[in-house]
Amino acid sequence: MTHPPGVPSGPLQRLRRTAQVFSALAANGYWPGFVRGTIYQGGLKSVCVPFLNCYSCPGALTACPVGSIQSLAAGGRFSFLVLGTTLAAGSLAGRAICGWLCPFGLIQEWLKRLSNLSLTIPGWLLKGKYLLLALLVPLSAYWVGAGGLGAPYFCQYLCPAGTLEAGIPLLLLNPSLRVLAGALWRWKLFALAALLVASAVTFRPFCRAMCPLGAFYGLLNRWSAWRLHVDTRRCEGCGQCAAACPSRLNVGCGANSPECLRCLRCVGACPHRAVAYGFAAPGENLRPAEVSVRR
Amino acid sequence: MARRPAIGWALFAAGVALAGFGVLRGEHQQVLFKAILICLECIGLR
Repeated sequence: MTHPPGVPSGPLQRLRRTAQVFSALAANGYWPGFVRGTIYQGGLKSVCVPFLNCYSCPGALTACPVGSIQSLAAGGRFSFLVLGTTLAAGSLAGRAICGWLCPFGLIQEWLKRLSNLSLTIPGWLLKGKYLLLALLVPLSAYWVGAGGLGAPYFCQYLCPAGTLEAGIPLLLLNPSLRVLAGALWRWKLFALAALLVASAVTFRPFCRAMCPLGAFYGLLNRWSAWRLHVDTRRCEGCGQCAAACPSRLNVGCGANSPECLRCLRCVGACPHRAVAYGFAAPGENLRPAEVSVRR
Repeated sequence: MARRPAIGWALFAAGVALAGFGVLRGEHQQVLFKAILICLECIGLR
């Protein structure tokens, strides 16, 4: 069931880019919202997409899992629907959802093209997303304000996707919202600007250091049904996979890392055709999936 | 590590079951109710 190794990366990356653009357009296909400065209010909004996409974006046709689970927790309700949707998606494909479907990831990748710089994100900073994941629901549920209700704190104070996809277009198009912009809005703009600058000099900093959904899918990477496979008999430990990987991961030393966004650049980069990908049936022997490098 | 994909499929089934349980509890209506209103907190206005 695995894809043959050694697929050229050009067609694969074009396919990935097409999937990213299609996903962004499909999830934000309510074009009247961008004219009127309003948001879609139809029944599709009861469905969560498996990636980060602010439901207050004028074009959003569906709900964001991160915003939804926090908003419901703020009202004292835990959402099994959102947990189940993301668990099903993550256990099926892991962070391929980040690499192939997330619109905000696509925006960061476009920004990365502006600069040849490629700064490394320190390891401790990469752990930040797990802290944000751990705090996401408890903070919204239990850090309550004067009215006895919590709030979607991650969206409120940190999420740059909401500022870019929803805040800026809504404030540009809707004068009645502009009067509400204050210190919090200025902080959100600053955070967004910092993130956009960081995106030009390092690969997808939000996804790798801050996104709680990316952290959740990262934890599922090692178990997911769709996964990378490394043939240790072919792997020479040359490091070409790490050189091609935008996150600088050596797939030969550990496939299906939580940090792997599954962009599959390593598949085409391996000169020994040792890296493959695909679904694995229950019980199917896919050895060698997790590898030790043959020297 | 042949067990790992099997765990993945089991987690997938658990996710589908959890989502189904959520739908039975009417959570899709709660998600809809939240998502059809502009979330002022989400965009940094409140």
